[in-house]
Amino acid sequence: MAGLATLSALVVLAPLFFVLLFLMRTGLGAINLEFFTALPGPAGEPGGGMANAIVGTMILGALAGALGIPIGVLGGVFLAEFPNTRLSHATRFTADVMAGIPSIVMGLFAYILVVLPLRHFSTLAGGIALGVMLLPTVVRTTEEIVRLVPQSVREASLALGIPQWRTQLSVIIPTAAAGIVTGIMVGLARIAGETAPLLFTAFGNRFWNWDLLKPIAALPLQIFAYAISPFEDWHRQAWAGALVLVALVLVVNVAARYAAGRQVRLR
Amino acid sequence: MKEMEAERTPGRAAAALIDHTGGIEARGVHAWFDQVHALRGIDLRITERKVTAIIGPSGCGKSTFLRCLNRMHELVPGARVNGEVLLEGRDIYAPGIDPVLIRRQVGMVFQKPNPFPTMSIYDNVAAGLKLAGERGRHRLDQVVEQSLRAAVLWDEVKDRLGKAGTSLSGGQQQRLCIARALAVSPEILLMDEPASALDPASTLRIEELARELAEDVTIVIVTHNMQQAARVSEQTGFFLNGELVEFGPTQRMFTNPQDKRTEDYITGRFG
Repeated sequence: MAGLATLSALVVLAPLFFVLLFLMRTGLGAINLEFFTALPGPAGEPGGGMANAIVGTMILGALAGALGIPIGVLGGVFLAEFPNTRLSHATRFTADVMAGIPSIVMGLFAYILVVLPLRHFSTLAGGIALGVMLLPTVVRTTEEIVRLVPQSVREASLALGIPQWRTQLSVIIPTAAAGIVTGIMVGLARIAGETAPLLFTAFGNRFWNWDLLKPIAALPLQIFAYAISPFEDWHRQAWAGALVLVALVLVVNVAARYAAGRQVRLR
Repeated sequence: MKEMEAERTPGRAAAALIDHTGGIEARGVHAWFDQVHALRGIDLRITERKVTAIIGPSGCGKSTFLRCLNRMHELVPGARVNGEVLLEGRDIYAPGIDPVLIRRQVGMVFQKPNPFPTMSIYDNVAAGLKLAGERGRHRLDQVVEQSLRAAVLWDEVKDRLGKAGTSLSGGQQQRLCIARALAVSPEILLMDEPASALDPASTLRIEELARELAEDVTIVIVTHNMQQAARVSEQTGFFLNGELVEFGPTQRMFTNPQDKRTEDYITGRFG
């Protein structure tokens, strides 16, 4: 039985290893300083990099965070503190449904909301699409971790004559902080690689862009564009991009585990 | 132990900390958990500057009663309170009274020590003041020291106020919680079985502390340990099935109980 379980574990790990190995084999060759610092070159010519895409992914992540984190954390705290109202049941249900909506539909949502009125693909639209995808993850993990804060901590604060809202803000949330941060990081790592919602929101850009109302490059979009191109050099760069993306996700997940380790033991 | 002997000034620290203290009186207090009638018409007057013990078997309502004194009972979903509790002659359950203010006047220490997990020793003690808006560094330093002295913890932690509150031993954590409660200068200090999670040596220290503090702040202590009640208190109330069966001087309660039920409990026939 133990043998079967071990075998299953190895089977689960295998795809991850294969992907990583393959990525490194094909992508490592194209990783160089130019890759991280240069803009994409003209079509067909070798050289150029994905600097704008890397930065673009970070900008989109920051925007998504600005939307998803405050609302998500506050929503999660609300769900944890008032678990049984009609509003909280509705919120929880909505968050769960949202988590399951295909990412391309989220992109459509941002398209209708932002792109159509502005008549422009834009960074803002991409950020909103990703932010709305981040929201359910942050809400649910925040709720779970705040629920784990023992009642004794709450009682200690209330018994001191500290009002309910202050207790939540200054005692409960800090106690749950590391766990909340973990949830946020895991959520960010997930949306960093989302491609579909960016297809017709952020749209991609071959140049630097700092205007929120204009399209922006993003790693997944660039990888996609390069991968389906006919150019050998671009294919290699696409592999490199994929490697960088996976490395980014891995680093964030490791950091998230570190943060989780620093979470106050709540049992 | 030697250092504890040397630090015999908790009383003076407590006196500096506590503005004034008084008694607290319950009149016809009923309490419910949803439909369960947990307290049935309690009439009880707690005398100032004394330690009053509340004893009784498990489930008799003693903790519930305690929580009615600082309006913590109503925080439980579905919980209700009826009747009056007079603090300084005024009913704390009167409409328009802010329970948050009451809880500042009537402090509480819990059975299991519960220092705030993310805060240092200093921040734990200062929490009540800081979160009420106090910013003055000097004032906070002063109150933290006085509170820790009053709780007989200062000498043990004065060199590591920045360390986590949870890095202390169980007995120290409980004294930290007492210091934290004292820091907001309550008039009454409620203790809900404060030593039941502690080892015997820490238990004795907490009992001694309770006796000393009573000179400056009225103490009400719930305990399931009759010997503790006998050691610590001047007055004792015996609860049974949500009722106050008997209340009087501790000495008399244990040597000459007036009610048969009290006698049965004291002599260990049940509970």
